Amino acid sequence: MSLRRTADGGRIDRTRSVRFHFDGKAYTGLAGDTLASALLANGVTLFGRSFKYHRPRGVISAGYDEPNALVTILRGAVREANLPATMIEIHDGLVAESQNCFPSLEYDIGALNQVAGKLLSAGFYYKTFMGPAIGPLKGTRLWMACEHFIRRAAGLGRAGYEADSTRYDHMNAFCDVLVVGAGPAGLMAALTAAAKDARVILAEIDPVLGGSAKWSADTIDGSDAAEWAARTAEALAGMDNVRILPRTTVWGYYDGNTLAALERVADHKRAPENGEPRHRHWTIRARDVVLATGALERPIVFPGNDRPGVMLASAASRYAGEFGVMPGTRIAVFTNNDSAYQAAHALHEKGGQIDVIVDARTEISDAAAALARQIGAEVLAGHAVVGTKGGRKICGILVGALAPGTAQVAETRRQISVDCLLVSGGWSPVIHLASQAGAAPIWNDALQAFLPPDPAQKWTGAGAMLGHFSTAEALADGQSAGAAAAGGSRSRNPAVPEVEGALIDPTPAPVFEVVSSDKKRGKAFVDFQNDVTADDVRLAHLEGFVSVEHLKRYTTLGMATDQGKTSNVPGLAIMAEARGISIPQAGTTRFRPPFTPVSMGSLAGERYGDLKPDRFTPMHDWHVEHGATMYSAGLWHRPRIYGDPGETVEQAYVREASAVRRSVGIVDVSTLGKIAVQGPDAAVFLDRVYTNMFSTLPVGKARYGLMLREDGLAFDDGTTWRLGENDFLMTTTTANAGKVMQHLEYFLDVVWPDLKVTLTSVSDEWAAMAVAGPRSRDVLEGCVHGTPVDNETLPFMGIVRGEIAGVKVMICRLSFSGERAYEVYCKAGYGRHVWEALVAAGEPFGIVPYGLEALGTLRIEKGHVTGSEIDGRTTARDLHLDWLLSKKKPFIGSMMMDREGLAGDDRLALVGLISLDNRALSGGAHIVKHNDPRDIRDSIGHVTAACYSPALGRYIALALVEGGKVHHNSRAYVSDPLRGRFGPVEIVSHHFFDPEGSRMHG
Amino acid sequence: MLINCPYCGPRDLCEFTYQGDANRTRPAPDSTDLSAWNSYVYERVNTAGDHREYWQHSGGCRSHLVVVRSTLTHEIKSIGMARSETAQTGRQESAGSAPRRQEKRP
Amino acid sequence: MAEYSALSLIKHAWTGNRDWRPAWRKPDPKPSYDVVIVGGGGHGLATAYYLAKEHGITNVAVVEKGWLGSGNIGRNTTIVRSNYLLRESIRFYEFSLRLWEDLAQDLNYNVMFSQRGVLNLAHSPGQADDFIRRGNAMRHGGADAVWLTPREIARKVPGLDLSRSARFPVVGGLLQPRAGTARHDAVAWGFARAADRRGVDIIENCEVTGFLRDGDRITGVATTRGDIEARKVAVAVAGSTGRVMKLAGIDTLPIESHVLQAFVTEGLKPFVNTVVTFGGGHLYMSQSDKGGLVFGGDIDGYNSYAQRGNLPVVEDVMSEMVALFPGLTRARLLRSWGGVMDMSMDGSPIITTGPLPGMYLNSGWCYGGFKATPASGWCFAWTIAKDEPHAYNAPYTLDRFQRGILIDEKGQGATPRLH
Repeated sequence: MSLRRTADGGRIDRTRSVRFHFDGKAYTGLAGDTLASALLANGVTLFGRSFKYHRPRGVISAGYDEPNALVTILRGAVREANLPATMIEIHDGLVAESQNCFPSLEYDIGALNQVAGKLLSAGFYYKTFMGPAIGPLKGTRLWMACEHFIRRAAGLGRAGYEADSTRYDHMNAFCDVLVVGAGPAGLMAALTAAAKDARVILAEIDPVLGGSAKWSADTIDGSDAAEWAARTAEALAGMDNVRILPRTTVWGYYDGNTLAALERVADHKRAPENGEPRHRHWTIRARDVVLATGALERPIVFPGNDRPGVMLASAASRYAGEFGVMPGTRIAVFTNNDSAYQAAHALHEKGGQIDVIVDARTEISDAAAALARQIGAEVLAGHAVVGTKGGRKICGILVGALAPGTAQVAETRRQISVDCLLVSGGWSPVIHLASQAGAAPIWNDALQAFLPPDPAQKWTGAGAMLGHFSTAEALADGQSAGAAAAGGSRSRNPAVPEVEGALIDPTPAPVFEVVSSDKKRGKAFVDFQNDVTADDVRLAHLEGFVSVEHLKRYTTLGMATDQGKTSNVPGLAIMAEARGISIPQAGTTRFRPPFTPVSMGSLAGERYGDLKPDRFTPMHDWHVEHGATMYSAGLWHRPRIYGDPGETVEQAYVREASAVRRSVGIVDVSTLGKIAVQGPDAAVFLDRVYTNMFSTLPVGKARYGLMLREDGLAFDDGTTWRLGENDFLMTTTTANAGKVMQHLEYFLDVVWPDLKVTLTSVSDEWAAMAVAGPRSRDVLEGCVHGTPVDNETLPFMGIVRGEIAGVKVMICRLSFSGERAYEVYCKAGYGRHVWEALVAAGEPFGIVPYGLEALGTLRIEKGHVTGSEIDGRTTARDLHLDWLLSKKKPFIGSMMMDREGLAGDDRLALVGLISLDNRALSGGAHIVKHNDPRDIRDSIGHVTAACYSPALGRYIALALVEGGKVHHNSRAYVSDPLRGRFGPVEIVSHHFFDPEGSRMHG
Repeated sequence: MLINCPYCGPRDLCEFTYQGDANRTRPAPDSTDLSAWNSYVYERVNTAGDHREYWQHSGGCRSHLVVVRSTLTHEIKSIGMARSETAQTGRQESAGSAPRRQEKRP
Repeated sequence: MAEYSALSLIKHAWTGNRDWRPAWRKPDPKPSYDVVIVGGGGHGLATAYYLAKEHGITNVAVVEKGWLGSGNIGRNTTIVRSNYLLRESIRFYEFSLRLWEDLAQDLNYNVMFSQRGVLNLAHSPGQADDFIRRGNAMRHGGADAVWLTPREIARKVPGLDLSRSARFPVVGGLLQPRAGTARHDAVAWGFARAADRRGVDIIENCEVTGFLRDGDRITGVATTRGDIEARKVAVAVAGSTGRVMKLAGIDTLPIESHVLQAFVTEGLKPFVNTVVTFGGGHLYMSQSDKGGLVFGGDIDGYNSYAQRGNLPVVEDVMSEMVALFPGLTRARLLRSWGGVMDMSMDGSPIITTGPLPGMYLNSGWCYGGFKATPASGWCFAWTIAKDEPHAYNAPYTLDRFQRGILIDEKGQGATPRLH
């Protein structure tokens, strides 16, 4: 066992050793260790390198506030960077490596940056690399050349490109009381709320509940604090109305008392158990919240304060008390408050040797003095540490007397040999969630700390987060907060247990930075990870970056992975000092989510690997079985072509479209939006939402309709079928199905609630297929029962009901292709059955299934518009749909559609194009009037859709061109520099094929 | 953010679709007052404070709700059904001579 | 004030960095100016700079309610591009991009403009055609654009899920090579310092509480630091447009204020060298020089002045990040924040004289204002100096809505949350 382990105590399991690797070297720790405690126990002091100067850094804290000891965890090729070693529970087989160093942690070439120290001060990057105004390095070139190297030097760990095979989960939870933090205050709050029958969730960052009780020297209710905590946790675990979430960080406080929490379910294991996610993300909607989030100890800023071996006093007592690890053999303490005496005492109890306590205060409380006497430490009151000795590890400290009432050290100096320096600069309550909930923190002069604001949402604070630092206060707070949050029940509160412990003074001396008259003592760090020094803060002041936010942004103070948890207040204090104003005058900062970093996988949850739902039509499997290449259209998957082996896309759709023109084809149109519009006012309603008249539509007939938006631009088109006097079936385009539904609902709810109409989305209720081509009627005649389908019974736009293969169907004679065609609707579940029956009936006629490409080809030949043309910027006139604009009635958009900007002659309007070089045209190509492929300018429009037309034997396209019709029968050029295509076209009418419509009416 | 749908009860933000400013008045359908239409379609009060607005419970009962919500804190002050509020106040569409019902059959 | 250069840095380092001067002065407001610009964000500061530089108008004050650059200039995802569809937009944003290319030298301040390219991924043949239409429009409008095949994308952006089995497989991508990112704060500071050097007064912690007027005419502003008279008052306050214009009695505008969230991960070694956007949803991401992945998605979608968003958007955006880059599940979100966007009714901005005499308005940037900063300032300065718009901003009028001369890039109409 390592020299650094204490003889006994701690919550580690001394009987179970755990083997792990750090930087390729094998180590042994104990079950219950963190990576930090295990490495410390092994005598490791060098954990990482800093961001800018690559200075050697040790571990400074024992928790989530750790700025220095960041490592990368490797699981095979999957990497997880920037994890604080203090938060990693070791397990057999754990592999960790240090970051931001080359070639090794011990010898890092980046440390050369220290030589350029003064040059690399705050604002360095803004003041240089501008490059010359002329010549080869003008513009951004010089900067980008340098940036290439700067980026490689910056950054922390390396993220992997390898996909993560673990799972992430989301949970939603509701509770009466969410207690955040399971220290003495949180435990007591949970216990009280639970006793009052509230549904309680207790969330704790650490694996083991108890907070400071796990390592403090206090006695609670007659036993060790740690024992009381364990007992209480066990009691809570036995209650039905309490859910305990260990290893869970509540990281966000959102609106409506919605809190976000991350549970690290399996990080402490070699691999997640069967079915277990790695992380589980919780969205907790809490009626009330108790924030018992504790406080964080602050370091003091002095030269050399970043040397490995310098550690927060509370962290040291935690390592000794919770993990049985002594951080040093000859220990000094530097403090401005009493709490460090408690820490020193705790270490002493575990066998640590405390040589000296350097206290910035001249007067020390009796309780502290008594503790110092007990542990036999020399107290240097009114002194400060002004420097540290050592290389990659501390070996001594320099101490001097403070000039009275200041933080200045004049001359007297003493060197003391130590291998560990504990520092305490006072405490900052953890008010992040309270601040996130929506208010600015409030400065407390006595405690030299920001306290939480008045609640902007329903939360109550308890314990150290309110600045109540003693265990007794925490317990009392916990009880009252728990009772207040639980409300209601009259049942008695559990008694607040008695606490025995040193009665120390929680107020620190306002010493944040020790200033030495000797400037050669080295850098004094405020933000360890980002290497922001006290001089950087003063430089920011000198250059006018004095507001807190400017300070942060100019120096990067508080922008590191720890988000300034330990550095913000000292940084602010130094700025306030420089400006000659108080800390609250210098400003406060608002805290933003997340409280500590959150894995992106957990936020994605189940959507990792499954981003959005897939929508399949009832005939999907048939399409796939019959060789369809599927096309992703929004969430839908639709057949693009049914390609024969060796066919190109073009060959396939030409074959399919030709079959439709020649004989018959069948296409799946189930994705169309379908809305049942029913009720006595349905026809009136449709007259208002469509530009054309629907009240005049006879029962059993369908009509093509156009909708505008309120602003008068074209919105959507489709056919609506009158199934009964008060019963319409509206169809919409696939893409706009949801939008049209919402649009109609809005008008019924908000504008015309007096209309008696109900709307039901029936898109998923119907399977729909179109049978198109000269032989389509023959196909129907071969399989439809219960109704004739001849021209008399089923004329163009007529509707009949019948049966196909025993399934009830509704058939409407509509045509998108321009051929005689029928849309067959049946219940979605019978879709494939009916489809197969139609295909079988079509076999004698050579029926061909066709996909989106052929569908597009047929509609382009006919000049029908779709979403490519109704693109939210075109009007009915632009698309030559003005014949649908009724003059007999107002409709949505009717008053706005004639505004000057929507009526100009030079608007983009629909035309047809024919390729004159017999080469393909493509959607997205532009159109120009000049014949010079190298002179790319003056586009007059663009191609919206293109195809090879089997009917015309030409490459054709639809296009939107400025002026539209005025260009008919004139020559222009498609200009498509992105695909390297330029060539002549003739602009023609968009009605390429059968403009009279004789084929579909026949 | 939780929205207490009068029909479904309190539901999370993600079930709702924002349908915008509820302070606007739609001119009568046949109104030719272009500036009134312009105000209705394009102009917003954009209140910094309590804002009257429509939300649709699109992932639930699909009702449109009239919500008064602070745009400074997101706190919701009141919630009602758009249907009943419009019916009561008639504020959505100013009176006009729009034909209520048209002949249904040719 | 001295020029910044490598040489001056060495000189100052030698003397212990004790002699640096403030980047801009902290003057008290004078009783009157030729021009008062309300709003010390990117656009306001750029306007002041170009008024001084291009028009010789230096008796100018920029008044800022809080600290300089505290609005969207300091909250955006730093993307600079001109990859627009419509002619008016391409002309304006391409002009802006050209100003960006020389901005560091012009301001004597390294704004870290990094032309690392913006890549829009397309996920279906139809979307590819749409993007190619836009790319071709850019080329015909004088901007740069190229089309990349999946193979070329794989080389350019390692780690991207390019498998055919992806929920939205990548079929290609539209790359604007000259687009990129810049250091957002530096843009505010650079413009502030450069404007200050030309004599502009930048007055922080000075909130406008009302407008001084003579009849209809605006003659100055009332502020928390006293009244300031001005021949011309220009308003460039982005998300606060509604609030500020109400002080002038303008109760409605074609603008809604919405909250947009932005995100950054912990610092990582170089992971992605291009700005990447996802066409299967809404996501834009890049990596800062410090190493954090900076990204964002949709606006939250409801009126807000709160600079705080909610969880649904957070989850949407993260799920899109890990869909694009499955290796990022274990990268960690470090910080999120919200900004208030002035969403206009067609998604395009307003840079105009009026709406009252003596007043000028710059607004409606939706969430694309950062890239426009130089051109917005340049055009607004022109408009203020000459009392008429330049050709670049002539389309961006306030009356275009009523007249129906819309510049609607997304074709969504008067639904601000969809722009």
